[in-house]
Amino acid sequence: MAGTDVTLLQAIREALADGMEDDDRVVVLGQDVGRLGGVFRATEGLYERFPGRVFDTPLAEGGIVGASVGLAVGGLVPVAEIQFLGFLHQAFHQVSQQLARYRYRTRGRFHLPVTIRAPYGGGLRMPEFHPDSLEAQLANIPGLRVFAPAFPDDAYALLRAAIQDPDPVLFLEPQRLYRSVCGPLPVGAAVDQPAGVRLRREGEDLLLVGWGPTVHTCLAAAGELAERHDVAAGVLDLRILSPLDREGLCEEAAVRRRVVVVHEGVRTAGLGAEIVATLQESLSDVLSPPIVRVTAPDMPYPPGRLEDAFLPSVTDVVEAALKVVQAS
Amino acid sequence: MSDLDRRTTGGEDEPVRFLTQDGQLIRPDLPRPPDDVVREGLRLMLLSRALDEKCTILHRQGRLGLYAPVHGQEAAVVGSHLAIDPAVDWLVPASREQPAMLRHGWTLDRLLASLLGRIDAARIPDDVRMLPRQQAIAAQLPHAAGIAWATSIQGGRAVTLAYCGDGATSEGDFHEACNLAGVMEVPLVLVVINNQYAISTPVSRQTRARRLSDRALGYGFPGVTVDGNDLFAMYEVTRQAVVRARDGQGPTLIEAMTYRVGFHNTSDNPSLYRHPSEPAEAEERDPITRLVAYAVWAGLLDAAAVDAQRAEVRAEVEAALDQALSYDAPRPEQIFRHITGGARDNQPDG
Ligand SMILES: Cc1ncc(C[n+]2csc(CCOP(=O)(O)OP(=O)(O)O)c2C)c(N)n1
Repeated sequence: MAGTDVTLLQAIREALADGMEDDDRVVVLGQDVGRLGGVFRATEGLYERFPGRVFDTPLAEGGIVGASVGLAVGGLVPVAEIQFLGFLHQAFHQVSQQLARYRYRTRGRFHLPVTIRAPYGGGLRMPEFHPDSLEAQLANIPGLRVFAPAFPDDAYALLRAAIQDPDPVLFLEPQRLYRSVCGPLPVGAAVDQPAGVRLRREGEDLLLVGWGPTVHTCLAAAGELAERHDVAAGVLDLRILSPLDREGLCEEAAVRRRVVVVHEGVRTAGLGAEIVATLQESLSDVLSPPIVRVTAPDMPYPPGRLEDAFLPSVTDVVEAALKVVQAS
Repeated sequence: MSDLDRRTTGGEDEPVRFLTQDGQLIRPDLPRPPDDVVREGLRLMLLSRALDEKCTILHRQGRLGLYAPVHGQEAAVVGSHLAIDPAVDWLVPASREQPAMLRHGWTLDRLLASLLGRIDAARIPDDVRMLPRQQAIAAQLPHAAGIAWATSIQGGRAVTLAYCGDGATSEGDFHEACNLAGVMEVPLVLVVINNQYAISTPVSRQTRARRLSDRALGYGFPGVTVDGNDLFAMYEVTRQAVVRARDGQGPTLIEAMTYRVGFHNTSDNPSLYRHPSEPAEAEERDPITRLVAYAVWAGLLDAAAVDAQRAEVRAEVEAALDQALSYDAPRPEQIFRHITGGARDNQPDG
C-alpha cells in the first residue's frame, strides 16, 4: 500500500496484519476485537484472515493484561486492545506491578513482548472516562515503553516496532484522528528503527511540543501564527513518551530558545512538567523564559458536550506562543 | 470429580479424604500413589519442614529477611505438585509453596539465595518452567490463565498448576483469571490453599460461601474440596484434574483444607488473633505424622529410616545454605540491570 494515503486507523490495521503475517506467534486479544473488529474497527478483517489468532475476551481489563503476561511467558507475542485508555485503570496493577517489572523481577529469565493498544484523547463528545489522557501515569512506570503516534506513518512504524519490541509497550491511539488524518505509510528505515522526536513543521521563532492529538493542535496554531502574527513556529512531535528522547528534544529547543508544551492530560504532574524540567536542566542558559504549558486544567474530564472548554484549543496555543515570543 | 465425591468419608459435605490420621486408608479400594511417589512426597515434606526451621532461625539471627513458613500445609502443596511433570508442566506459585518450587527444579541453594538477596544467583534457570514467587496477592492467577491459554493456542501438552491462598480468592484477579480460564477452557489446575487465615483475617471474613470450591460453579468448571493434610487425596484429586486439563476438558479448582500452624511470616504475632489451642489442635492433624504412619504401616520405611531422613534433609539444607552464601554478596550495581533489554526470545540476556 506504500504510495497511497491511508487513515491513521488503516495504518494501524496494516501494522497489525503485517505484524501477524511476519510472526505467527503474534496473537490479538481484547473486548470485541474479533468478529466486530473492535469498536473503532482497528482489528477489522484480522479474525477472518488469521483464524485461531484473534480472540474476544471477557470484559475484564486486568484479566486481559494479566493473561497477556502469561501468553508471553508461554511463547506468544500478544497484542491486546484496551477498548479505551480510561479503562486501563481497571488493569493498572497488572501493568505497573506485573507487565513492566517482570524482566526485572526475574533477572531477565522472562521478558514480555506485549503490546497494549488503547484509544485516548478528546474531541469526540464521549462519555466519562473514554477520552482520558493518562500518558503521564504510564510514563511514570519504569520498564514500560509508551508510544504516541500522531500520523499514519508513525502509527504504522511505531506499532510494528511495538510488536517487535522484546519488552512491553503501551501504544496510545489518538481516537479523534483515527479517520480524520491521512498520509502515506512509511517505507524502509522509518519502519526498522523508529526512534526519537520528529519535527513536523519547520519554524525558527519558537518550538511547539506535542504528541498524539496535540501535534495537530500545534500544527493548526503554527499555521495561524504564521498567517496572522508573522511568527514561525516549529512543531515537534514527541512520538515516544517513554523513554523520552531528551537529546532530540533539547536540540530542537536549543535552536529556537522558546518553547510551548501542549497536552490534553491534566496539568499537575503532567508530562509537560517533565519536559519543562528536562529543558531547564540542560538548557537553562540557552532558553528564553518562560517555558509555557498549555494543558487541560486540574479537574475531572467534563461531559462531552462541554469538553471544548477543557481541552487545549488552537487559540490557547496561539496565545501562549505570542506571550512567549513577546517576553523576549 | 463426582467419583471422588462419593468416596469421601463423611458424606457429601466433607472434604475428600483417603487417609486417617493414623495413616490407614479409609477404604481399601481407594487409589494409592505409587510407592516411589509416596517416598518422594515424604522426603519433600520433611525437607520443607527443615527449611522452615532453618529459615526461622536465620531470621531471628538477623541473617535473612521475611520468611513465610509452609508448616502444616506440606501435604497440600507437595501432594498436588507430585501430580504434574516438571519437565512439561508449568508451576505458578503464590509465595508459600517452597517444596513445589524445589521439586519443579528451582534448587534449594537458589531458593535460599533469593532469601539472602543474591538476586542473580537466585534466577530461575531457563529450563525451569516456573514463575517467580508473587508478592501481590492473586496477581499471578491471570498469568497462570495466560500461560495455560498459550498452551491451548499452540496445541501443547503442558498443564499449568497454580496456587493461591484463601485470602487471594477475594481479589478481583482471582475472579478475572478463573472466568477467563473457564471461557477459554484452558489446561489450568488451580489449588487454593485454604489455611484458614490471611494474616489475621479468618476465612469467614473472606466469603460467605460454604466452600471456596463452590466458586468454581460460577465459572463453569469443577471445584473440589480436599483434606489438604492428606497427601493421597491431594495427589489423586490433582492427578485427575491434570488428566482432564491435558485432555482439553478445561480447568479445575481444588480447595485444600489445611491450617497455617506457624506465623503468617517471621514478623507476625498470631497470639494477637487466635487462641494457642488452635494451632495445638491443628498439630494433631499434622500431615507429616499422617504420612509417616502410613509409610511405616505399609513397610515403605521404618521409624529409624524416617529419623535418618530427617537428619539427611537437615544436612541438605545446611549444605545448600553454605552454597547460597558462597555466591557473590549483593552489589548495588546489580539493581540497575534488567529493567528493559534486548533479547527477542525468552532467553537470558546480558
Ligand atoms: C494485593 C496485596 N494486598 C495485600 C498484601 C499484604 N499481604 C501479604 S500476605 C497477605 C495474606 C494472604 O493470605 P492468603 O491469600 O490466604 O495466603 P496465605 O498468606 O495464607 O498463604 C496479605 C494481605 C499483598 N501482599 N498483596
